[in-house]
Amino acid sequence: MNFWRVPLDTNEIDVVHGEVHIIDDRCKGCGYCIEFCPRHILEFSLQFNAKGYHPPVVKNFKDCVNCHYCEVICPEFAIFSVEVDEPPVV
Amino acid sequence: MRYNSDNFMKKPEHPLNGLIRKDRIPHIWCSGCGIGTVFSSCLTSIKNSGLDLNKFAMVSGIGCSGRAAGYVKLDSFHTTHGRAIPFATGLKLANTDLNVIVFSGDGDLFAIGGNHFIHAARRNMDITVICVNNFIYGMTGGQVAATTPHSAISTTTPFGNPESPFNLPLLAYASGATYVARWTMLHVRDLTESIGEALSRKGFSFIEILSPCPINYGRRNKKLPMEILKMYQENTIIKNNADPAELDIDFERGVILGKFIDKDRPTYTENYDKICRSTQNV
Amino acid sequence: MVKSAVLTGEYFMTGDVACAEGALAAGCRFFGGYPITPATEIAERMAQRLVDIDGTFIQMEDEIAAVASILGASWGGVKSMTATSGPGFSLMMENIGLGIITETPCVIVNVQRAGPSTGLPTQGAQGDMMQAKWGSHGDYEIIALAPSSPQEFFYQTIEAFNLSEKYRLPVLIMSDEIVGHMSEKVIIPAADEIKIVSRLGPKGRKDLFKLYAPGPGGISPMPAAGDGYNFHVTGLTHDEKGYPAMNVDTHAQMMSRLTGKIKNNLDDIIRTDSYKLDDAEFAIISYGVSSRTSMAAVDMARDLGIKAGFLRLITVWPFPDDQIRALAGDVKGMVTVEINLGQIHREILRCVEGRVPVHLVGHSGGTIIPPEDVVKMLKEAF
Repeated sequence: MNFWRVPLDTNEIDVVHGEVHIIDDRCKGCGYCIEFCPRHILEFSLQFNAKGYHPPVVKNFKDCVNCHYCEVICPEFAIFSVEVDEPPVV
Repeated sequence: MRYNSDNFMKKPEHPLNGLIRKDRIPHIWCSGCGIGTVFSSCLTSIKNSGLDLNKFAMVSGIGCSGRAAGYVKLDSFHTTHGRAIPFATGLKLANTDLNVIVFSGDGDLFAIGGNHFIHAARRNMDITVICVNNFIYGMTGGQVAATTPHSAISTTTPFGNPESPFNLPLLAYASGATYVARWTMLHVRDLTESIGEALSRKGFSFIEILSPCPINYGRRNKKLPMEILKMYQENTIIKNNADPAELDIDFERGVILGKFIDKDRPTYTENYDKICRSTQNV
Repeated sequence: MVKSAVLTGEYFMTGDVACAEGALAAGCRFFGGYPITPATEIAERMAQRLVDIDGTFIQMEDEIAAVASILGASWGGVKSMTATSGPGFSLMMENIGLGIITETPCVIVNVQRAGPSTGLPTQGAQGDMMQAKWGSHGDYEIIALAPSSPQEFFYQTIEAFNLSEKYRLPVLIMSDEIVGHMSEKVIIPAADEIKIVSRLGPKGRKDLFKLYAPGPGGISPMPAAGDGYNFHVTGLTHDEKGYPAMNVDTHAQMMSRLTGKIKNNLDDIIRTDSYKLDDAEFAIISYGVSSRTSMAAVDMARDLGIKAGFLRLITVWPFPDDQIRALAGDVKGMVTVEINLGQIHREILRCVEGRVPVHLVGHSGGTIIPPEDVVKMLKEAF
């Protein structure tokens, strides 16, 4: 991540990691989670769900900081994140 | 090309799964509609309140937002058009232990149900009213509402809306509501906090939430859902305690959000007990 | 001030007050109302009395809200009622439909005055009888009672609550200005002499509970909000779980249950009374305040040698088709007496199917029908 000014205690800050879970068949493809993710870790998948929408998919696993914004902005109860010790390796 | 793999999804459950009727999801709201976000925010507030979930009841009227009652796994009532508030009034008075939430839309609460709204606020009925304002009658296909901006296009104002919309927080304030706030569905965190606050307050609480209707409002007024959300992000100002008279919605000038009223006034029940019951006991 | 729900004793009171006392004796603890002549006295009495017994009175902003509030209160676990007259009854139709489809027990009193519209606000009529049956949109069955005296208004109000609790629907009391404002002796019995029916609550596992699964006698047990059943109630067509289901089959099933609970229990619901009907050659059929006219007319006719008898409808809806059909085989002619231009009269014509002549003695409202008019009809028509 690029900062215009690096905080002095940047090495001491323990960054939380999150793991995003997506319930494909609840998604209606509005893209709000993708657009408003502060770390831009999501993108549309090429897969169709049962309703014919493209649900999101995680592109940068390691960058999720478990802020839950995708979870709270989602109108469909289709995405949520949980805190993990280490970013998942996929 | 990336896919969501099956085993990846099986692990934890959505944190609100316990509060929704999973067998009825996906819900009926269109792609890009903000009602689901407001609904989810409301459920999070209920969950975070720490209160007994069995003592919550949600009452809705008719319309897109009115369908919310059908998705919440609490005692819930999907009533007639505009009548959620008087129904909630009876429910609350019959059992004052209940936390009664009215979740409905602008057309339901302020056109056909406008009279009930002002009277419940005047009485300071101890209920929380959550109004998803999408500026239009969505379920019937996009007709002009009491909240539709002046000159906006709807199916019943094909040449533009000749009328002017309500300033809902001003109406709530003037009617006597003791908690009044406005957010957009993009300001979810503030909204969740606000609903939580409203639930914890006694008296008539009112929260207006601006929310996109991409199909029946946005489409006719040349606004994509993402553009509407950007507008919510860029053309809004948070100004707590703003004068309710200044709260007309004008995105060109900037829409004021925040908590405007938070005061204490005896509720209907408190006054009824004090004035009516005690007189009889003399 | 007396602090009892049942004011046991003998009184001289109006029908409206007797109605309120009947409601309290039946266990009513919520009244949501709106003032209207000639029903206002019921609200006034309830406002005075409910506070004594932990009940709640609220004057709502209109009659639409009044019915909405009593439905809400009923789901809050409290027996509830409202009272109105014609113009208010028209406004109530919307949520009477909601009460029927959601199977919500409550009592709605209509102290009828002459309509249409504002009509004759202070003068009685029986012109809302068909509205009681058909006023809300869609098909449905309803229960409506018609009292003929303050004493009967008292008992019918208890009966209305009992029927509404038993069959889970709004029950209508179709009174009128004359009975509502008439003062007569009313005997209120001891509390333990009054039979009170209350809705059955659900039993068994809450997570497996289905809101509209038929229970004993086909009636679904009813939980109250806050009991932990997490139920969903909707005015949309719904399945046994109470979930909306937009299809023809579910609708047909729901409607068959809603109408069936009345149609299959006619013997339990229908109440009639008769006077000198056994040997009658001519039957007078009436209900409500016009019963008083009819009773007098029977005696006057018999003095003239006309063998008249009287069948009184205590419940007007559901309509006693079978009794009227049977009666048509026993008499030479019938007269309907009602203060309207022929509403229940049409029902009688339908049941009689032309087997004997049926004549109407009625007018458009504002005053009671004199028995002389009925005797005149008996003399001239038959």
